[in-house]
Amino acid sequence: MVSANEEQRTEKIPVWDLPDVPSGNLPAHLELQRTRTVCTNDAPIHTENIQYSGAYASMGVDNSMRFEKFCKNFRVEVIRLGDDEMEFDMVGIDASLANAFRRILISELPTMAIENVLVANNTSVVQDEVLAHRLGLIPLKVDPRLFNYKSENDQPSEKNTIVFKLHSRCEKKSSRINVKSSELKWLPGGSEFALSTEKPTQDSTSKVKTYTSFTCSQDSLPEFSSNPIAPTHDDITLAVLGPGQEIELEAHAVKGMGKTHAKWSPVATAWYRMLPEVILLQEIEDEKAEELIKKCPVNVFDIEDIGKGRKRATVARPRSCTLCRECIRGDDWDKLVALQRVKDHFIFTIESTGALPPDVLFTEAVKILEDKCERVITEMS
Amino acid sequence: MEIDKQFLAAPVKTSVDKFQLLPEFLKVRGLVKQHLDSYNYFVRTHIKKIVQANDLITATKDPSIYLRYKDVRIGEPSMVLDGVTEKLTPQKCRLLDTTYTAPIYVNIEYVTGSHGSKTTQMKRDVIIGRMPVMLRSCCCILHGKDEEELAKYGECPLDPGGYFVVKGNEKVLLIQEQLSKNRIIIDTDNKGCVQASVASITAKTKSKTIIRMEKEKIYLLLNKFGTKVPIMIVLKAMGMESDQEVVQMIGRDPRYSELLLPSIEEGRALSILRDIFLANIPVDQDNFRSKCIYVAVMVRRMMEAILNKDAMDDKDYVGNKRLELSGQMLSLLFEDLFKSMNEEAVKSIDKILAKPSRSSRLDISQYIVKDSITFGLERTLSTGNFDLKRFGVNRKGMAQAVARLSYIATVGHMTKIIPQFEKSRKVSGPRALQPSQWGMLCPCDTPEGEACGLVKNLALMTHVTTDEDEGPLISLCYTLGVESFEYLSGEEVHMPNSYLIIFNGLIIGKHRRPQRFSNAMRTLRRAGKIGEFISIFVNEKQRCVYIASDGGRVCRPLVIADKGVSRIKEHHMKELKDGVRTFDSFLKDGLIEYLDVNEENNALIALYEDNAKEKTTHIEIEPFTILGVCAGLIPYPHHNQSPRNTYQCAMGKQAMGNIAYNQYCRTDTLMCLLVYPQRPLLTTRTIELVSFDKLGAGQNATVAVMSYSGYDIEDAIVMNKSSLDRGFGRCIVMKRMVSVCLKYENSTSDRIIKPQREGQDCEKMQILDDDGLAAPGQTIRADDIYINKQSPIVTRVPVKSPMALPDSSYRSSREHYKGSVGESAVIDRVALFSDRDNNMKIKFMTRQTRRPEVGDKFSSRHGQKGVCGTIVQQEDFPFSERGICPDLIMNPHGFPSRMTVGKMIELLGSKAGVSCGRFHYGSAFGEPSGHADKVETISETLVKHGFSYNGKDFLYSGITGEPLQAYIFMGPIYYQKLKHMVLDKMHARGHGPKVMMTRQPTEGRSNNGGLRVGEMERDCLIAYGTSMLLYERLMISSDEFVVQVCRKCGLLGYYNFKLKTGICSTCKNGDNISTMKLPYACKLLIQELQSMNIVPRLKLTEA
Ligand code: SF4
Repeated sequence: MVSANEEQRTEKIPVWDLPDVPSGNLPAHLELQRTRTVCTNDAPIHTENIQYSGAYASMGVDNSMRFEKFCKNFRVEVIRLGDDEMEFDMVGIDASLANAFRRILISELPTMAIENVLVANNTSVVQDEVLAHRLGLIPLKVDPRLFNYKSENDQPSEKNTIVFKLHSRCEKKSSRINVKSSELKWLPGGSEFALSTEKPTQDSTSKVKTYTSFTCSQDSLPEFSSNPIAPTHDDITLAVLGPGQEIELEAHAVKGMGKTHAKWSPVATAWYRMLPEVILLQEIEDEKAEELIKKCPVNVFDIEDIGKGRKRATVARPRSCTLCRECIRGDDWDKLVALQRVKDHFIFTIESTGALPPDVLFTEAVKILEDKCERVITEMS
Repeated sequence: MEIDKQFLAAPVKTSVDKFQLLPEFLKVRGLVKQHLDSYNYFVRTHIKKIVQANDLITATKDPSIYLRYKDVRIGEPSMVLDGVTEKLTPQKCRLLDTTYTAPIYVNIEYVTGSHGSKTTQMKRDVIIGRMPVMLRSCCCILHGKDEEELAKYGECPLDPGGYFVVKGNEKVLLIQEQLSKNRIIIDTDNKGCVQASVASITAKTKSKTIIRMEKEKIYLLLNKFGTKVPIMIVLKAMGMESDQEVVQMIGRDPRYSELLLPSIEEGRALSILRDIFLANIPVDQDNFRSKCIYVAVMVRRMMEAILNKDAMDDKDYVGNKRLELSGQMLSLLFEDLFKSMNEEAVKSIDKILAKPSRSSRLDISQYIVKDSITFGLERTLSTGNFDLKRFGVNRKGMAQAVARLSYIATVGHMTKIIPQFEKSRKVSGPRALQPSQWGMLCPCDTPEGEACGLVKNLALMTHVTTDEDEGPLISLCYTLGVESFEYLSGEEVHMPNSYLIIFNGLIIGKHRRPQRFSNAMRTLRRAGKIGEFISIFVNEKQRCVYIASDGGRVCRPLVIADKGVSRIKEHHMKELKDGVRTFDSFLKDGLIEYLDVNEENNALIALYEDNAKEKTTHIEIEPFTILGVCAGLIPYPHHNQSPRNTYQCAMGKQAMGNIAYNQYCRTDTLMCLLVYPQRPLLTTRTIELVSFDKLGAGQNATVAVMSYSGYDIEDAIVMNKSSLDRGFGRCIVMKRMVSVCLKYENSTSDRIIKPQREGQDCEKMQILDDDGLAAPGQTIRADDIYINKQSPIVTRVPVKSPMALPDSSYRSSREHYKGSVGESAVIDRVALFSDRDNNMKIKFMTRQTRRPEVGDKFSSRHGQKGVCGTIVQQEDFPFSERGICPDLIMNPHGFPSRMTVGKMIELLGSKAGVSCGRFHYGSAFGEPSGHADKVETISETLVKHGFSYNGKDFLYSGITGEPLQAYIFMGPIYYQKLKHMVLDKMHARGHGPKVMMTRQPTEGRSNNGGLRVGEMERDCLIAYGTSMLLYERLMISSDEFVVQVCRKCGLLGYYNFKLKTGICSTCKNGDNISTMKLPYACKLLIQELQSMNIVPRLKLTEA
């Protein structure tokens, strides 16, 4: 991993002594500034991206963004993919674009979350508002793409609302019970509460008007018939009921975005880090090498036998570096080791809350960015 | 085998971890033991003494008619409802707005009879009044109950008790600080004259005696004597025969004689001398010798102070102070009321006896009226005004409503000490921190501003003594070789090798071997033969041994050391852990003893066992106990700048959190609760001891110390919207509304009727149930009706059938919710009960759940308050390499000038705590003893978990996506939400109500008042020259008024609407009337002046 530009970095060379660089290439120290963030003991330097196309024009280097170049360099590599977590590398892309994906994931991807709670009875110690807030934060296992947004004056229908029922009672003389999210029962047919303004009709055959107006039961829809809607996790405590206490309510989930409220965010969080690069500026041997290995809490370094009973430190797992800066702390260690971040290599992690698998979330995010770009293009043209 | 050399080389750990003593101490003592002890002493012992001292009532005319109190005791807390006695619990009293009282029973012996034939009778358990019961005292039903039983009574097990419930309000009698009674204090008066003063208080009288050196002569000043009296005259009046004797008595130091000479060269109120002068010295059979000795000692000490300024007493010295507690105050009050009751009884008996012919049997026991004591006690506790005519005491604000804003506020309120002298004086002495406060009074916890340094708080381990019987102790002193003065001449009193023995301010004799005497006394105390709180203090300078057993001294436990070796050994602590030992057995075995401030002067106290020397006599138990409860919450307070800790002490009391386990059953007027309170990640031992970890008031927020957005200047903080969405800082504000259904004289009463469901006003009644009361769970908005009440129109004159009045004789007296428009609340609970006058009362608790908004106040535990400056979306927030996004951002400029290093260590410690899964500690001065984690070890933990040792993380900007150009100090800090919220404070108005008299806009937010353009604002406008704006603000928008002014006489006229002209009432015509505008207040002034016979005339000119 020892890079070629090592010499330039260690000793200062006057500008006029710099070797001529072939045009089209940058001198090594500038190339380093452009592509790496160097993490020194005091602060990270060269953090900013050089955007200006003519930044290196004097050296005959074109810094503009080229589609072909991007296509050539861009690469995505999935490291880890689980049900609700994924890690992948995104290489050859600008920080602003990577960040755009992150921002979209957090705040602009829609999900379904409980928004309205109709409390029929709540004698528990948990106040109605607090209970409603807790219900709202429960992640629901349902594909939001199958639903429409419900605007203020829309009627709640099977296309924009999911209704859950929660009815839990702690019998007198029994001990306390925990109400868990598993008690939330999906009502595919919509609300069961009669609208209070409606007079109870004598005619029992006609349907009682409820808080929702579903035209058909949701479980008759093909998407849900085999895949009933439920909270992602069954074991989220909602309330504790003492003897004789009861909760009866209906929760209506609608589609929304994380921008409005964090409950609609499809990710617990999504973030990236830049690929760490650990560089040994000099050969580190024997005791020093041992010391270096001890310093790193995440075992970035290894020891290599170079014969004659001598040992040399090598960088084995730079990727796991957490940037604790232990290896450059104290006694000129920063002259021996350099910590760098590759500016266009992002280790992206998505933790999904369960509505959609993380890989789908990412592709959705890409689509949204696409839409946005298109919107800009059409607006401008 | 590997040998850890470092381990072997380390010194053998000698010091024993004595921390375990603390929880044990608090277990036996509770947090408010001082109040409970004092109250218990009063109801168990003192009340008996009071009754015994005044046990006989006789008719003035006929001494054979008498009543004698035999015994007195306090019963169980109860109340009488419709003739039935019902047991009371404190929670019931809070809910029912009654007083938590217990009957005072007495056994009496009295004379009955008529026309000469008299028989004595006995009566048991006569109630003479009701005593308010202090919660958790020995009279309270909560006494000695465990958690489960307390829960059954609806009581919070963590509640400290120590207060009273009066008419449903919790009242605490604050600890009063005053100067010692019956002690000689040497100081200077405001002219610089040296004086010796004694404030004497006995059961009968109160007096102040001053002996002052003025212009080389010594005088006695006593209120009862009109002028100052030369001291020699006083002494001679008291039976000193010659000047020589006086000189001998004072001491034969030639320097003293010189000072005395002018007084000798100069120059009968015997009863005053006997009863008032130095009232604390008993005089039997006009033998004034003891008083003479006392005066001599006073004079001697005074003269010593003149010769040597060091001998002056320090009034601020804690050893010269006594803390008066609720028991003492109540006993004073009770005594006063008891005496008045007896006097009343005597008066009414005399009246009966004075009647020439008495028909009925005379029963003296009937004239004891019990209401006066009951009402007197209740009134005093509910108003807080102590008014004792007998002692000429009239003090205000002694009882305060218990602060229930947070749990810590409650506990802190119980340890608060208020001074008795006036606050406004501009002296620094009493406000300064006294070295003698060490370990007794918290050095941090004092308010800012006016009462700074005067209002104090007890430290964690402080105990306040109660009175102890003097008799046995005095005789013990004599057996231990104290020589009484009766057999000594004046010459012998001040022999160079003998020490005076002063017991509770009384000179009882002298001793030739004071050290031996004091050691004997101390040995007896350690052996438990005499009370553990008795203090023996050898004052080498004054050549006196002071023994004190009086109440109100502050003292604290210390470990005894012999020649620097602690008596507590490892095995003792082990026994404690195993439960074989208790704190009391430590005391009993002489391992620990209580020292008061005076006796501390005889001790050499080592902070830790390791630095004990040969001469060390005691070792501190734990250094962090010098702080009080409020300051104990601060992690690493010893790293902070001192005023920051003081600020936090004040702010901790405003933090929202959980109040008590029974908080949802309480009906306080205002309650602020946090929805998701947490215990701090960085705790202290005090937090655990006072159970703050069970009733927390704050949340662990991940804080990034960086500047962001510019909305964080001046300590403002930037908050993450997603954190708020997820419940950070969410709080519940509960308010109470009370409504009473009155019963009237003519036995009509208010009624609550079914709400109209249709027609006018039905909108406002939507939240009402069919019973006419707002239903729990309903949302109530401004101006909604919450009780549909009606009152009878006729309430005084008797009506025919008061219970069945027709609807027409009622008028509506509905009550509307007074909230600002747009603000809504939820009815949480509705409670119905009948109050003491048997009216139905209805309490409504309303609840508002609020999420933080811009302008809400937050604070960390280091006196760093700040408002929320802006709320930012999560995606715009910076995030770390691990995806952590802070909850709030704090500006780094908060640190340099505040120097709250403790906050930084808290951040580090919390961060290490979350990464390794162990709560870290930050007790004050805890590093050496292991009660605070060291920064080095915290850093090691951080590194082990992949963080930088200095707590700074590599962050990416959430806006650009690029790394930030600095490492950011980030980690969790415990943040408190303070009760000051924008919603309660914001205010603006256009048109609105005006004050009737001046017609100017009302003042204050609660009256929807206007915002005042004050003097300074007005000056600005004048300087700027905006005359029209001024005119508009001060006149048009305020109290513009049109007047008719007579140009001729300059007086105000009026406008006649019939004639459509202005008329001057002085000139009786409308010829010279001008119409002009005036502020109404000006018109009012003119008319008010006229009413005082001043004629203001307006001279009008053409403009
Ligand atoms: S910064 Fe820390 S984690 Fe990274 S290589 Fe250095 S020591 Fe290891």
